[in-house]
Amino acid sequence: MSTLHTRDLIINVPNRADGFALNMSIESGQVWGVLGPNGAGKTTLLHTLAGLLPARSGQVILNDSALTDLKRRDIARQLGLVFQERQDSFPATVLETAMIGRHPWLSPWESEKNEDLQRAQQALAAMDVDHLSDRLLSTLSGGERQRVAIATLMTQNPDIWLLDEPTNHLDLHHQVKVMSLLKDQAALNKTVFMCLHDLNLAARWCSHVLLLYTNGDACWGPANAMLKPSALEQLYNQKLITVEVDGAPVFVPVCSSSSS
Amino acid sequence: MIRSLLALSVIALLAVALALAIGSVTISPSELWAVIQDQGSVLHQTLVWDLRLPRTLAAFATGGLLAVAGALMQVLLRNPLADPYVLGLSGGAAVGALLAMLGGMGALIISGSAFAGAMLATLLVFGLAHGTGSWTASRLLLTGVVVAAGWGAVITLMLALTPSYKLPGMLYWLMGDVSYARTPWPALVVLALAVVVIMPLARNLNVLARGSMQAAALGVSVRPLEWTIYLLASLLTATAVTTAGSIGFVGLIVPHMLRLVLGNDQRIILPASALAGGTLLVLADTLARTVIAPEQLPVGVITALLGVPTFLYLLHRSR
Repeated sequence: MSTLHTRDLIINVPNRADGFALNMSIESGQVWGVLGPNGAGKTTLLHTLAGLLPARSGQVILNDSALTDLKRRDIARQLGLVFQERQDSFPATVLETAMIGRHPWLSPWESEKNEDLQRAQQALAAMDVDHLSDRLLSTLSGGERQRVAIATLMTQNPDIWLLDEPTNHLDLHHQVKVMSLLKDQAALNKTVFMCLHDLNLAARWCSHVLLLYTNGDACWGPANAMLKPSALEQLYNQKLITVEVDGAPVFVPVCSSSSS
Repeated sequence: MIRSLLALSVIALLAVALALAIGSVTISPSELWAVIQDQGSVLHQTLVWDLRLPRTLAAFATGGLLAVAGALMQVLLRNPLADPYVLGLSGGAAVGALLAMLGGMGALIISGSAFAGAMLATLLVFGLAHGTGSWTASRLLLTGVVVAAGWGAVITLMLALTPSYKLPGMLYWLMGDVSYARTPWPALVVLALAVVVIMPLARNLNVLARGSMQAAALGVSVRPLEWTIYLLASLLTATAVTTAGSIGFVGLIVPHMLRLVLGNDQRIILPASALAGGTLLVLADTLARTVIAPEQLPVGVITALLGVPTFLYLLHRSR
């Protein structure tokens, strides 16, 4: 069980005023969705939370230690990240790719044991890409690669899962599959924190939501308190119609010239 | 893993035996066995121990060095087209070595100067190709090829300014020829040490191959690792160049073929590259000195004839 706190965190989005400092407490068992328009800094925030980008000011605290005081290897045992943009061109098979998730758990001279292999195979099976194990990554479709990336994070098995648009390129069935997998992980006391473009996925699956505005403003809280049509219309500068399906709100953009 | 490395070692030994046996005087397997046991005729003894073995070992070491350097650079740049020769490292090393030779320096300074040249060349290519963002394949290759052409021009200029009696000894930097190798031992030692140093890093390289951000997220200290690979690849290239001049494409062909057969795990690919690279150059050199005997070809010709089609094929496929 790990928690992630931000203390007066200002992320470093170039050419932007500081905006609102983030003081969030991301606890285990929660599923967070980050919503915001293009260029609001969602990816920057995720990379900052993983310690891959320096913050402009403030701190990210993993359990009781500032991220900057921890070794990368120790961070990688507790916190993992699925990137939105990946370099999939260098040759590697699907299984080889999933296996790198075990890297932080092995010492330099150690090689993967049967147990590590099984973890990778189970993760690939959970993402329906086990039949592609021996295929080169570069020969897969975008959605298949996305599922391999999520399977790699499953193989890494950290306490805190950061995901940048995990449903990118995915068909509807696999969107649901990924989101319910993440929810299951949260039920196992993992922490899930992801950027999303789809309001309705956030409304359906997230327990907490962070709204990130282009000017650096931000607000966060439980999903049902944050997902108000007025706030979302302001966030995206887009008129919305709200209906309720299966007890969850569904937001549909209004397609007319009056929307601007 | 152990089995494939064993198989490659056996093939390497067979290639060395073949190289020892074939030449102006053919030595049969039983005669070769006799020589190895310190028996046999004086002619055969001289041929094997004094002439063919040093040359064969030099070829093996050079091939191994170039193949490992290629494999390392390919991971560093996340690009299977990277090769010390294509990217101009060999050219930089040759310029460094020639400068030291023109200054009348000793062997150690020549090696050091070649190393500095290789480092400078790498820095130039990586720096120029990097620009903003990551290394794209086309940008990197263009930069490498242009820089390599620049080194070629510098080498030609230096040769043009050199008194003609000094020329034959220097020309081989341009062509790549094992016959000028003085002693194989420094190259062999560097190759062996490099493989020992790389092995504990090899799994890090598997992770790095998926991108520097991904590697950092999986606990790799990316900067120190990239510098280590960069220094090591430059050192290997410089050692190869000081041993046998600039021989092209070994670093391209060997890791590519190995990945097709053995997969993409650097823990296998790197030691396998050392063995297979050595084997390839031993065979290529045997061919080079026998195919139009008594004339000898520079081995660089053979590797280029093999390497250019491989390169074009890889480039074509990467589109």
